[in-house]
Amino acid sequence: MNLTLHVWRQSGPRDEGRFETFKPEGITESMSFLDMLDLVNEEITVDGGEPIAFEHDCREGICGSCGMVVNGVAHGPEKLVTACQLHMRSFSDGDEIWVEPWRASAFPVMRDLVVDRSSFDRIIQAGGYVSIRTGSAQDANAIPVPKPNADRAFDAAACIGCGACVAACPNASAMLFTSAKAAHLSYLPQGQTERLERAVGMVAIHDEEGFGNCTNHGACQEVCPKGISVDYISRLNRDLLKANLTGVEPGD
Amino acid sequence: MELNARIPDHPIEKMWTNHQFDMKLVNPANKRKYRVIVVGTGLAGGAAAATMGELGYNVECFTFHDSPRRAHSIAAQGGINAAKNYQGDGDSIHRLFYDTVKGGDFRSREANVHRLAELSLNIIDQAVAQGVPFAREYGGLLANRSFGGAQVSRTFYARGQTGQQLLLGVYQALERQVHAGTVNMHVRKEMMDVIVVDGQARGIVTRDLVSGKIEAHMADAVVLGTGGYSNVFFLSTNAKGCNVTATWRAHRRGAGFANPCFTQIHPTCIPQSGEYQSKLTLMSESLRNDGRIWVPKRAGDDRPAHQIPEGERDYYLERLYPSFGNLAPRDIASRRAKEMVDAGHGVGSMKNGVYLDFADAIGRLGKSAVEERYGNLFQMYEKITGEDPYQVPMRIYPAPHYTMGGLWVDYDLMTTVPGLFAIGEANFSDHGANRLGASALMQGLADGYFIVPTTIGNYLADGPKGGVDENHAAARDAVREVTESQNRLLETRGSRSVDSFHQELGRLMWNHCGMARTESGLEEALRKLPELREQFWRDVRVPGSADTLNQSLEKAGRVADFLEFAEVMCHDALTRDESCGAHFREEHVTEEGEARRDDENFAHGAVWEFKGVGEEPVRHQEPLTFEHVPLSQRSYK
Ligand code: SF4
Ligand code: FES
Repeated sequence: MNLTLHVWRQSGPRDEGRFETFKPEGITESMSFLDMLDLVNEEITVDGGEPIAFEHDCREGICGSCGMVVNGVAHGPEKLVTACQLHMRSFSDGDEIWVEPWRASAFPVMRDLVVDRSSFDRIIQAGGYVSIRTGSAQDANAIPVPKPNADRAFDAAACIGCGACVAACPNASAMLFTSAKAAHLSYLPQGQTERLERAVGMVAIHDEEGFGNCTNHGACQEVCPKGISVDYISRLNRDLLKANLTGVEPGD
Repeated sequence: MELNARIPDHPIEKMWTNHQFDMKLVNPANKRKYRVIVVGTGLAGGAAAATMGELGYNVECFTFHDSPRRAHSIAAQGGINAAKNYQGDGDSIHRLFYDTVKGGDFRSREANVHRLAELSLNIIDQAVAQGVPFAREYGGLLANRSFGGAQVSRTFYARGQTGQQLLLGVYQALERQVHAGTVNMHVRKEMMDVIVVDGQARGIVTRDLVSGKIEAHMADAVVLGTGGYSNVFFLSTNAKGCNVTATWRAHRRGAGFANPCFTQIHPTCIPQSGEYQSKLTLMSESLRNDGRIWVPKRAGDDRPAHQIPEGERDYYLERLYPSFGNLAPRDIASRRAKEMVDAGHGVGSMKNGVYLDFADAIGRLGKSAVEERYGNLFQMYEKITGEDPYQVPMRIYPAPHYTMGGLWVDYDLMTTVPGLFAIGEANFSDHGANRLGASALMQGLADGYFIVPTTIGNYLADGPKGGVDENHAAARDAVREVTESQNRLLETRGSRSVDSFHQELGRLMWNHCGMARTESGLEEALRKLPELREQFWRDVRVPGSADTLNQSLEKAGRVADFLEFAEVMCHDALTRDESCGAHFREEHVTEEGEARRDDENFAHGAVWEFKGVGEEPVRHQEPLTFEHVPLSQRSYK
């Protein structure tokens, strides 16, 4: 395949950044998108340049490390896949491909396609858990969970924390991510006790970290590789409202 | 090197309970005077850090990832075993213990395995209380399935993402402690060395992957939960970042490395599709419950699958193992696939796979039932290969997946360096020569949640170690050595990329120390490895500088360590002159072509002592005795 690749290059947070163009050779349709970047990096290295920095680890769509905007779409043209699951057969001979990092003020660029997503960890720290001590749990089957609720909890828990939702949102909101965690726990009996505190706490940090407000564009859901639904955002908003009415504060 | 497993002197059923009582305790008010370093945030490391933080220790936790949630445990698909016997099908702690010792082909320590089986119960309770969304039955109780040929249904699962859900449980517990201030989380910091003072582990050296800063961190004890070394083969199902550096560096500082040649090859992975492929993808072996494995009877048969009539297909596992058929254990299924491909029966354009065919299952159960069971796996397969497995049979081939070998630990999970603990895949303890399906998650969590947070107290109870800080000569020397080796990598300015060396190493190891091993092959590898290592240090090109985010430099350090480690792995495979579990020496087979164990000479763990790069390492032995599970030959006919 003959392709023209324009990749965002930025040496550090303070660098302005620019696109650099490559015309890689030897690309085949069965390669994954990241195999293709590996190949480009191999050429750059042998020619004495500095390879493109990008994050990746599992390369099978589960760790959430990889993330890049390909031709204007977070994770690229295919639905329900991460960048590492994208294959070159989704492109045609002669295509031009533009590759950029996630862009959001809460995700500062560190180098090339690598951004800092530690704000996601801080949202979880603000209550994205059930407060239970190791070793103090009762027998697992003492807490029956109706199958439909268990399934819903699972659907929400499938979020991989990649950040594509933020990159796609015109407001750079992280409400899809935040609401997915809140929903996972709020569908389960184990998550009820701290439910409202959790909602208030996580959203407060979400805002503090510089993520924007959700104005119901739905762009997040379109790019989410795990099919996380915007319905969770309404669910979270209802919990927030309830918390406001009853005067619940974030947990400590 | 002294190998004292310190197995408590109690009957095996009461050993862990009594040992917990016998161990010294650290007064709760004193715990915060202790600082503990945990490296790695997977199931083992993350659980250990969270639990020790909760107990009151000052925990410093390190990961090279951008977030603890990225650890490779996240990718485990199939499930987690526990002897809950919720199905009432005759499971028990004893049965899980028995199956694990036998499945490991009698190369693990009974005492540790028994404790693992006991703790399996607590793990499920803990995970459910955290909100891990395990699969449930319509009545709301937990569902189970049988996995990897087990004769009872003891595997708990969360669709095909059990590892992800368990890791998120761990991650959330960990972030809760970060919020509480008991765990100080260091992300994007890679451990480069262990600092040993007066024979005790007292800290680590890390490199900040953003600023490049190399620094020492001191503590009263160090816990490594840094995973396995399958990436020595370059192509494996492990995430790209998985590496041997932490355990190898610990080994260089005096920790014995046990059974490095015990590496597991998983039978159901997607075959390589081209030369530039960077990693292999595993598909849950639950597929073997309904898929039938076959190859064309005639070598070199180029016809597409549907044109090959029934009579010209060889369902070789069903033929060779009538009672287990397609569910034969991992090592057997893998080896037989390799034999078929080597003999020219391989399928696909590269002739490097065997078929896993669902046509019968679809005919018998209907497409929708098959979709319900395996839909996500079929989808994944199609995304990667561009082929629809409802129409054409899947192609599969074995790939390196898990390593049973690791740092030698005693019953308390302490290595031969006092104060240095190893947990999860990083240690060697529970799986012997072959790990059973759905047991890795169980072991990681048992070590992390329940064992090391208790046993570390016994080590620390004599009082904080004190007295050394980052300016101690041992710390300064270690920082200097790491800095020098990083500079050397950057200054070599040779002509070949790090990846090209890693690929070459991987091919060498796969050919000579992979699924089947021979004396001459291993000797050849041992001749070639020093040459390759020498070439690496002479001709590697690492672009960029030391003080920036430099992924080439990160990889270079890891590959440099793999190049040293590979040698001890080959020594181990060569000196273990028997076949057992996943270690298959072609010289030692039964008439039927199965692994032939030699219990008289090899019923021991082999523990290696480092003597210097390029020097022959010294082999020690921990004898293994089997009092509760009588030694027997595995038979799956
Ligand atoms: S909600 Fe979807 S897009 Fe957002 S972080 Fe989770 S998986 Fe990624
Ligand atoms: S590399 Fe793990 S999700 Fe893409």
